[in-house]
Amino acid sequence: MTGVRVLVGTRKGAFTLTSDGTRNDWKVDGPHFGGWEIYHMTGSPADPDRLYASQSGGWFGQVISRSDDGGATWNTVGNDFAYQGDVGEHLWYDGTPRPFEFKRIWHLEPSRDDPDTVYAGAEDAALYLTSDGGHKWTELTALRTHPTAGVWQPGAGGMCLHTIILDPAQKDRIYVAISAAGAFRSDDGGASWLPINKGLRSGEIPDEDSEVGHCVHHITQHPSRPDTLFMQKHWDVLRSDDAGANWREVSGNLPSDFGFPIAVHAHEPETIFVVPIKSDSEHFPPEGKLRVYRSRTGGDEWEAMTEGLPQADCYVNVLRDAMAVDTLDPCGIYFGTTGGQVYRSADGGDTWAPIVRDLPAVLSVDVQVLP
Amino acid sequence: MIRVVLPAHLKTLARVTGEVRVDVAEPVTQRVVLDALEAQYPALLGTIRDRRSGQRRPFVRFYACEEDLSNESPDTPLPGRVVAGEEPYIILGAMAGG
Repeated sequence: MTGVRVLVGTRKGAFTLTSDGTRNDWKVDGPHFGGWEIYHMTGSPADPDRLYASQSGGWFGQVISRSDDGGATWNTVGNDFAYQGDVGEHLWYDGTPRPFEFKRIWHLEPSRDDPDTVYAGAEDAALYLTSDGGHKWTELTALRTHPTAGVWQPGAGGMCLHTIILDPAQKDRIYVAISAAGAFRSDDGGASWLPINKGLRSGEIPDEDSEVGHCVHHITQHPSRPDTLFMQKHWDVLRSDDAGANWREVSGNLPSDFGFPIAVHAHEPETIFVVPIKSDSEHFPPEGKLRVYRSRTGGDEWEAMTEGLPQADCYVNVLRDAMAVDTLDPCGIYFGTTGGQVYRSADGGDTWAPIVRDLPAVLSVDVQVLP
Repeated sequence: MIRVVLPAHLKTLARVTGEVRVDVAEPVTQRVVLDALEAQYPALLGTIRDRRSGQRRPFVRFYACEEDLSNESPDTPLPGRVVAGEEPYIILGAMAGG
């Protein structure tokens, strides 16, 4: 192991933060793609030098960039994210049907074993796949044409497919989450999809037991327990122990029932991390205190991690793709804020320190352990 | 030879500095120039016009000879001074920041 590299996507470019295994001294490199919104930048588990970045913006649309040298140089690859076949319709905010319209790629999920294979989650919700390193993207249409798609509605951030989990145990199993449609699972490589939202409760929809319509913010999974999923929803934190078939609330003593990211410890599959946010309308930490909450019991019982984090007058948000864990021992946890800070803990969440404090608003944080 | 001015972000994508030049046959229209530009610099595909509809992206504008051609038909011939290479065809990002 030579070190760690944190990949940060912001409203105005991308940054890479590198350190050795102590994770004390950091080198900040960037901005890459200055002026572009970087919804996600990530690396291939199979080749850490292979990076992908989703660049987008109001002027010039969507671009995907790829690096083959760990971010030293970048090349644009394909950006033809066409909806295949009948575009179809979903529900607009006013309840009228509206055709799906591509806006941007929110999340890139590289294959565990092939650096050229990557899944991409789009707004309006669709799932794409490349097998040639990003040059050609093909939509896996069964999701967007699911029988429930006609009643999907966008959340305030748009109807985004923001979470993609490639199951480590079952090769053809994929989980995705869409705001505000909910979570879905495919057991056949994306050829068909099953809504997995049983047990999610949302008072803001008329039928709380609806098959779809839930605003899932993020889902995570520990590779050693692939049937256990942890979810931060618009309201509540939940877990499933049967691959999403049933969910139960584990919010416990959290100080709020809202938040965006959720992450699981690299070596303790029942240790999870969230950042409570006061409410959906306020979007800042309760009491102006930025606290990471850790549960070592897979939910229900939570403890506040505060050392090194601002405990007064802090009104930033932490977005859904802006928290990540490394695989070192002790496990490192990283998160970025809409105020431009990136914090790290090198001791499993006990203590925190900023790596950098004044970046543009952070949209995504990912981390690689370098060989 | 048509001279084309790109906005900064598209120069970066195309890996060029200064004006670029494209060779096109007459009649020279915006569509012909943009087709040639995208063929010459594939990284610009989808950044100026929607890949499906061919429509100008909302916050991209086209100027030439002190005229805003953004809402002109893409098949209207460009001004003679652009065709003659005396004036550039300008692509720019609209004032849409905040």
